[in-house]
Amino acid sequence: MEQGRAMLLKVEQVEKSYQSGAARVAVLRGIDLALAAGETVALTGESGSGKSTCLHLCAGLDRADAGRIAVAGQDLSGASDATLARLRRDTVGLVFQQFNLIPSLTVAANLAFQARLSGRHDADWAARLADRLGLSALLDRYPEQLSGGQQQRVAIGRTLAARPALILADEPTGNLDEATGDSVLDLMLELVAETGAGLLMVTHSTRLAARLNRQVHLRGGRLA
Amino acid sequence: MWRVALSALLSHWRRHPLQLATLLLGLALATALWSGVQAINAEARASYARAAQVLDQDRLDSLVPARGLTHIGQDVFVTLRRAGWQVTPVLEGQWSRAGNSVLVYGLDPFTAPAGSLPDAMQGEGRIADFIAPPGLAYAAPQTVEALQGVAGLPPLVATRGMAPGMLFTDIGIAQTLLRAEGRISRLLILPDQPLTRPALTDIAPALERRAPLQQADTAQLTGSFHLNLTAFGFLSFAVGLFIVHSAIGLAFEQRRAMFRTLRALGVPLRVLVGLLAAEVMLLALAAGLVGVALGYAIAAALLPDVAATLRGLYGASVSGSLALRPAWWLGGLAMALAGAGVAGGQSLWRLWSLPLLAPAQPTAWARASARALRWQGAAAGALAVIAVLAGVYGSGIVGGFLLLGALLISAALALPGLLALMLGGAARLARGPLAQWFWADTRQQLPGLSLALMALLLALSANIGVGTMVSSFRLTFTAWLDQRLPSELYVTARDMAEAQRLHAWLEPRSDALLPIWKVEGTVLGGPAEVYGVADHRTYPDNWPLIVGRDDVWQTLARGQGAIVNEQLWRRAGLSLGDAIPLPGGAARPLVGVYADYGNPKGQVIIGVDDLTGLYPDVDRRRYAIRTDPAQVPGLKTALVDEFGLPADNMIDQGRVKEISLMVFERTFLVTGALNVLTMGVAGFAMFTSLLTLSTMRLPQLAPVWALGLTRARLARLELGRALLLAALTMIVAVPVGLLLAWVLLAVVNVAAFGWKLPMHVFPTDWLWLGVLALAAAGLAAAWPAWRLARLSPTALLKVFADER
Ligand SMILES: Nc1ncnc2c1ncn2[C@@H]1O[C@H](COP(=O)(O)OP(=O)(O)OP(=O)(O)O)[C@@H](O)[C@H]1O
Ligand SMILES: [Mg+2]
Repeated sequence: MEQGRAMLLKVEQVEKSYQSGAARVAVLRGIDLALAAGETVALTGESGSGKSTCLHLCAGLDRADAGRIAVAGQDLSGASDATLARLRRDTVGLVFQQFNLIPSLTVAANLAFQARLSGRHDADWAARLADRLGLSALLDRYPEQLSGGQQQRVAIGRTLAARPALILADEPTGNLDEATGDSVLDLMLELVAETGAGLLMVTHSTRLAARLNRQVHLRGGRLA
Repeated sequence: MWRVALSALLSHWRRHPLQLATLLLGLALATALWSGVQAINAEARASYARAAQVLDQDRLDSLVPARGLTHIGQDVFVTLRRAGWQVTPVLEGQWSRAGNSVLVYGLDPFTAPAGSLPDAMQGEGRIADFIAPPGLAYAAPQTVEALQGVAGLPPLVATRGMAPGMLFTDIGIAQTLLRAEGRISRLLILPDQPLTRPALTDIAPALERRAPLQQADTAQLTGSFHLNLTAFGFLSFAVGLFIVHSAIGLAFEQRRAMFRTLRALGVPLRVLVGLLAAEVMLLALAAGLVGVALGYAIAAALLPDVAATLRGLYGASVSGSLALRPAWWLGGLAMALAGAGVAGGQSLWRLWSLPLLAPAQPTAWARASARALRWQGAAAGALAVIAVLAGVYGSGIVGGFLLLGALLISAALALPGLLALMLGGAARLARGPLAQWFWADTRQQLPGLSLALMALLLALSANIGVGTMVSSFRLTFTAWLDQRLPSELYVTARDMAEAQRLHAWLEPRSDALLPIWKVEGTVLGGPAEVYGVADHRTYPDNWPLIVGRDDVWQTLARGQGAIVNEQLWRRAGLSLGDAIPLPGGAARPLVGVYADYGNPKGQVIIGVDDLTGLYPDVDRRRYAIRTDPAQVPGLKTALVDEFGLPADNMIDQGRVKEISLMVFERTFLVTGALNVLTMGVAGFAMFTSLLTLSTMRLPQLAPVWALGLTRARLARLELGRALLLAALTMIVAVPVGLLLAWVLLAVVNVAAFGWKLPMHVFPTDWLWLGVLALAAAGLAAAWPAWRLARLSPTALLKVFADER
C-alpha cells in the first residue's frame, strides 16, 4: 500500500471467534485490509463467512480477539467505550444488514437522526437524499409501515445524511431490485467522490462489486 | 447529542401512550395508597400532640388524687394556694347528650399558665364573659360546627390550633356542665414556686405528685393501630411497585433494539444510561405528584372513619379534616422516586452490563430462565426460614410484622416456581398437539406474567387473611357481647342522693340491681379501672372467663381475690395466685382472667363490698338492672316520670350492643377499603401485563394461526389462560391467607391490642374471592383477547416478513 496517502481503515492480522455451545468457532483467522480515503472496496464471500463480523469490528461495535484495527489513525484495540462511541458517531457510517431503524421515529426523523447526533445535520442535503432515495412521499410514515426495500433505503439515507468519512455498508442493496440498487450505488459513489470518503461494501452481486475500485473475497477466515 | 438521543428515547412513549399511562397510573396508585395512609397517621399524631399540649400538661408536674380517690375537693386547692403553692386547678370530664360527646376542660383563667390559654381569650373583656354564667367555651372550628344547635352548652367560640373534640371553659362553668360542683380533677404545679413552702404531705396528704403527662400516652395506645395501617399502606405500595417494575422492565425490553442502534450510531453507554435514569426519575416525579394528590383524596375520604375508630376504640380525639404537611407530600414523592428507582434499577443494570451486539429480541425477557426461577426459589426458602425464626423467637408487634412480611414475600417469590411445576405436570398429561402447545405456551408466558401474578397472590392472600381475621373477630365479639351484657337496662343517677332514691325505688321493681362502680388508677404500671361486682348469679352465668376456678365469684364476694382482663393479664405476664396491687396500696390475689375485647385499658374486678371498703369515696351512681326485657320501655318511662331522669342517663342493652358493633364495624371499614383498593391494584397489574405481553406474543401466535387456528379460537385460548393462571394463584393464596390470618390473630393482635382470638374459617368467602379474582383476570384479559380476535391478517403476516 502507498505509505504516502493517509489510510482511512487499516486492518492487520485480525482474528475473531465465537463461542457456540462448548466449541469455539473461529470466524476470522487473521485478515489484513487497508482502505484509503476516496477508495471503494467490495467485500464478498458466501453466507456465514464472516463479512458482517468483519464490518462490525471495523465499526468498533465489537472487539477483535487478536490483531489491530485503526480507523482514521485511531487504534481501536485499546480504545475506551466512550472513544469507540465517538468514533461511530463522528467518523464511521454503518449501514446495517438488519437496517436497525428506530421504530418510534418517523422516516424523516430516522433519516436525520445520525446527522443530528453528530451535529452535522443539513436540511437541504437531507431533502435531496430523500428525493434521490425515493423516500419523499414516505417521510411521515413509521418504519413498520414500510416494505423491506424502503426500510433499507432509509437505513442508507441515515448513514449518508451524516456524510461520514468511512462508510461501512452491509449488503445495502440486498432487498432492492436491480434498477433501484444501481441508483443507490450511484448515490453512494457520488458522495464518495464528493467528500473523499472511503467505502467498504458487502455485496453478493458481482455486477455491483465490479463497479468499485477493488474487490476482496472472504473465505476460510482469510481475505483473498 | 443528548437532546437528539433523549427525543429518540421519549418518542417510544408517544408511540405507546397506553404503556406510559399504565406506568404512570401504577406508580401513582402505589404512591397514593402509601401517602394516603401516611396522611392519616400524621393527622392523628398531630392531634395527639395538640391534646397533650393543652395547658402545658406535657411540661408541668401535677397533683392528682391519691389512693384511688376520684377527685380533689375545691378546699384543697384553697389550702394549697394559701400555703404558697403556685398551682392551678383543672377539671376534666366527658360531657354527652343526645349522641354528642365532648371532652370538657375546665380551667381557672386567673391562675392558669399565661401562654397556654387560647389567644382569643386575651381580648378586652373576654375574661369577664368567660367566667360569668353562661360563660364561654373555646373549641376547634370543626368541633364548634359539630356541636351546632346542641342545647345545654355555653356559647361556643371557634379557635384555631385547638385539639378537636374538646371544649375549653371556666372551671366553674365546667363544674356545672359536668355536675361536679366543688370538684377538681388535678392541680398543675406552675414553674415558679416560692423558695419555702410547707411539705405536701403536711397540708394535702390526699394528693400524689405526678410527672408531666407524656403526650405519648395516646400515641402509645394507638401506636399498634397506626402500625397496622402503615403495614397495609406498605403492602399496597409493594403491589403497586409490581406494576411499575413490569411496566419499566417492558419499556426497556421493547426498546432494546433501539438502545443497540443508538449505541451503534455512537451514543456512549454512559449517556444512554444517564438519559434513561433521568427518564425514570421524571416519570416518577410526575406520577408521584398525581399519587400524592390522590393520596390526599383517599385520606380525606377515610379520615372520618379512622377518627371515629380511634375515638371508639381508644378514646383518642382526632381531627376529622386533613392538613397538608410538606413533610408528608415530600415523603410521598420520595417514596415514588425510590420505588421507581428500585423498579428501574434492575433494567438499568442489565442495560449497563449487556454487550452491544446481544440479540435485541424482547423474547429474551419472556423466555423462561431456569436460573432466575432457581434464584427466586432459593430466596423464597431463605425468607420462609426467616419467617419461622421470627415466629419462634420474635416478640411483640415488630416480630409479628417481620413474620408477616417474610411470609408474604416468600410466598410471592415461590409462586412462579410452583406454577411452573403445576403447568409442567399438566403438559405431561396433555393429549393432542393443541393441548400440548397450550400448556407449553402458558409455561413460556409465565415469566412475563409472574410479576402480575405475584401481585395478585399478595392481594388475594391479604384479603383472605384480613377477611378471616375480621370475620373471626366479629363472630367472637358478638358472642362475647351477648354474654357480657346480660343486664337489660343501665341507669346513672345525677347525684348520690338521687342514686339512693333510685335504688330504693328500683329494688322492688326489678329482678336484681347490680352496682357498676369503679375507680380509676394505675395498676402494674398502666392506666386501669377497678370495678366491684355484686354477688349475683348474673356473673357466673354470663361472664366469659378465660382462666379461673369455679368458685371465682364466691372468692370475689368474700373480698379474697381479684380477676383481671386479658389485656392486663398478657401485658403484665400474670399467673393465677399473683398479687394484684390496687391503687392506694392494697393487693388481692389473681383468681381469674376474662375476655374484654375492644378496650385498651387494663381492668380489675373485685367484690363490690371490697371496693367500697377500699375506696369509700367511689362514685356509686351507676346501676345495671336485671328485668324482663318486655318491662324495659315501661321502666324507662316510669324513671323519667318519677325522677325526671334525662334520657342520656338510661341506656338499654340493645343500644349498648348497637354502639359497640358500630365501633367495631367502623374499625374495619378502613381495612376493608384498603383491601379492595389493593385488589384493584393487583387487577390493574394483571391487565397491564397481559396487554403488553399480547403485543409481544405475535411471533408465537402467528405460526399457530398460519397452521389453521382461527383468531377467535386463539383469543379464547388466551382468555382461558388468564383465568387458569388466576385460578391456580387463588389455590396458592388460600393456605398463605390462612397462615396470614393466624399470624394476625395469634401474634399481631396479642401484641397490638392484648387479646387473642380463636380462628374461624369461612370457605364461602374464599369462593366469593375466587369468583372476584377470576372476574378480575377475565376483565384484564378481555381487551387483549378481543384485540387478538380482531387483529388483521396483515399484522400476523408481518411477523413472517420481519423474520429475516
Ligand atoms: N453472536 C454470535 N455467536 C455465535 N456465532 C456467531 C455470532 N455471530 C455470528 N456468528 C457466526 O459467525 C459466522 C459469521 O457470521 P456473519 O454474520 O459475520 O456472516 P456473514 O458473512 O455476514 O453472513 P451473511 O452473508 O449470511 O450475512 C457465522 O457462522 C455465524 O453463525
Ligand atoms: Mg452478514
